[in-house]
Amino acid sequence: MPATIASFKIDYYQHLSPDGRLMGDDAPALATDFEELRRLYALMVKTRVFDKKAVALQRTGKLGTYASCLGHEAVHMAIGSAMREEDCFAPMYREYGAQFCRGVKMSEVLLYWGGDERGNNFSGPKHDFAWCVPIATQCLHAAGAALAYKLRGEKRVAVTVVGDGGSSKGDFLEAMNAASAYKLPVVFIICNNQWAISVPRSKQNTAKTLAQKGVAAGLPSIQVDGNDVIAARWAMDEAIAQARDGGGATVIEMITYRLSDHTTADDATRYRPSEEVDDAWKREPLVRLKAYLTEQGEWDDAREQALQDEATAAVDEAVEEYLAAGKPPLESMFDYMYDELPHDLAAQREKALEELS
Amino acid sequence: MARVAMVEAVTMALAWELEHDESVVVLGEDVGINGGVFRATAGLAQRFGDERVIDTPLAETMIAGLSVGMATQGMKPVAEAQFMGFILPMVDHMMCHAGRMRHRTRGRLSCPMVLRAPFGGGIHAPEHHSESTEAIFAHMPGIRVVIPSSPSRAYGLLLAAIRDPDPVVFLEPKRIYRLNKEEVEDNGEDLPLDVCYVLRDGTDLTLVTWGAMVKETLEAAEKLAEKGISAEVIDVATISPLDMDTIIESVEKTGRCVIVHEAVRMCGVGAEIAAGLADAGLYHLYAPVKRVTGYDSVMPLYKMEMKYMPSVQRILNAVDEVLEVS
Repeated sequence: MPATIASFKIDYYQHLSPDGRLMGDDAPALATDFEELRRLYALMVKTRVFDKKAVALQRTGKLGTYASCLGHEAVHMAIGSAMREEDCFAPMYREYGAQFCRGVKMSEVLLYWGGDERGNNFSGPKHDFAWCVPIATQCLHAAGAALAYKLRGEKRVAVTVVGDGGSSKGDFLEAMNAASAYKLPVVFIICNNQWAISVPRSKQNTAKTLAQKGVAAGLPSIQVDGNDVIAARWAMDEAIAQARDGGGATVIEMITYRLSDHTTADDATRYRPSEEVDDAWKREPLVRLKAYLTEQGEWDDAREQALQDEATAAVDEAVEEYLAAGKPPLESMFDYMYDELPHDLAAQREKALEELS
Repeated sequence: MARVAMVEAVTMALAWELEHDESVVVLGEDVGINGGVFRATAGLAQRFGDERVIDTPLAETMIAGLSVGMATQGMKPVAEAQFMGFILPMVDHMMCHAGRMRHRTRGRLSCPMVLRAPFGGGIHAPEHHSESTEAIFAHMPGIRVVIPSSPSRAYGLLLAAIRDPDPVVFLEPKRIYRLNKEEVEDNGEDLPLDVCYVLRDGTDLTLVTWGAMVKETLEAAEKLAEKGISAEVIDVATISPLDMDTIIESVEKTGRCVIVHEAVRMCGVGAEIAAGLADAGLYHLYAPVKRVTGYDSVMPLYKMEMKYMPSVQRILNAVDEVLEVS
């Protein structure tokens, strides 16, 4: 008989049922911190109103291809609300909710998807990474940032997000390896929304969970209901506290669902049964939090209406700001390439200004 | 002043910056206690500790990605790719992130990292250890590509590369790592990037090269001198951004040019230089510009590698061709 020298389990955490009931008797303190829950709910609603508007802008030719975050709002709030200003966020490209928590403006998200680099010079923390399109590469940047903080003895944490598709990439695995080898203050979130464009989770691999990839790297790894902001935020709090205290990295697989197309350039009806999407709508994050707050007497129709109005006004204002931004100056194609423009590029700049102005 | 080989000059420059700039870290495979497979980091981990000279897990993408991440957060990582043949997994992070970090964030973030790699053939190494793929990086906006060809230039250019606020790929021609020793004062003085170095003045033709091929090119110039032919030799040193002005100025004087590089001919940096001469130096040319390069075939295993690489004789043959035209 061989001896077992390693074994593992992945714990799954959920506190809020899809219909908004508190499950079990071990709910974290957040479950009764109604002021914070109302704040998170408000941010989730604003994110959703923003997202809907962004898709509409694309459909009417006022925005480029846009990656919707519909359904991911609880994941985003858990991340954004758990982080401190001095921590570093390395997002992929649809974590707007988390970024709104960190001070990024809605108009800046629109600027980026509207084809304008100025959106990346955002109002959030200046050390946060920009949106990252090459899948999973951001995981290594977060690990690198965490290594910098650790070497300097700073109590800062880097947080990054990868998708279920991105969890198949080497960059993600190498980042977890680095975090393990150097015991880095970093948190890896696998935002498992079940779809990598048209490829379902089941085709990434046959592992029972994606979190267990973290186990292979030697990291504590858990799975949470990513539509349950109470569970997801608790997991983030624990992971960030551990990282800040020098305890190293954690992997959190957050189970959610991409209720939208991959981007506005995609049509998910080509590959995804509508029954599956209908079913996912029953588990989405806003409905359950609203039901819970209402049941607790902490939310009502008047508050909902006021929130919807406020969100719509904020989004409208952001759209106006975005539409008024115009094009970046021509010379900006050159001026940020290097600290000091090399001779030949300076000549190209001069010619461009002459020919294109 | 110490007489040092090029690889020792690299170590000296790394040590100087580790000593004088606490944001500098060295990282890579076997760069720690082992001192690097070519000894380029010998003694550094012992002197500066394993938090300044960091052995990494065996993962090239990781080395590049960690370096990008660190560089954006105020560190100055000097990463090593053990051989240029293994640099390809790093290309993604260099092209998609290092070279565009400053641009994409409008200067909010920058990426002051150096990626060092030994490159080129001629040391009887196994497969994938001998290529010269510098053109890949020269094609990336936002990245400097710097190649020393002597101990003193390795010292001065590496210091400049580490101090540069933008990413630099620093390629070290390993065939000449220990070829010659030179007096190099360890005084922390850097040399300018983005400029060619004229190694030998001449009036009859211009020989343009970089890296290990500087050796053969200077030998060719010496043989030409014996025949009364005066060849100017230019070490390009920074292949991107390219200092065409120095090359054109030389060709204005000589009217003839041969470009020598180890890399394959197709889309090599020699093509860019030839195009630059066609664009801005054509009326000064008496003869077509010739390139002496590696062939557009796979770098052979070591029995045939010296046949693949430009030799003094192949350079002289090309020189004969350009001198024939009057």
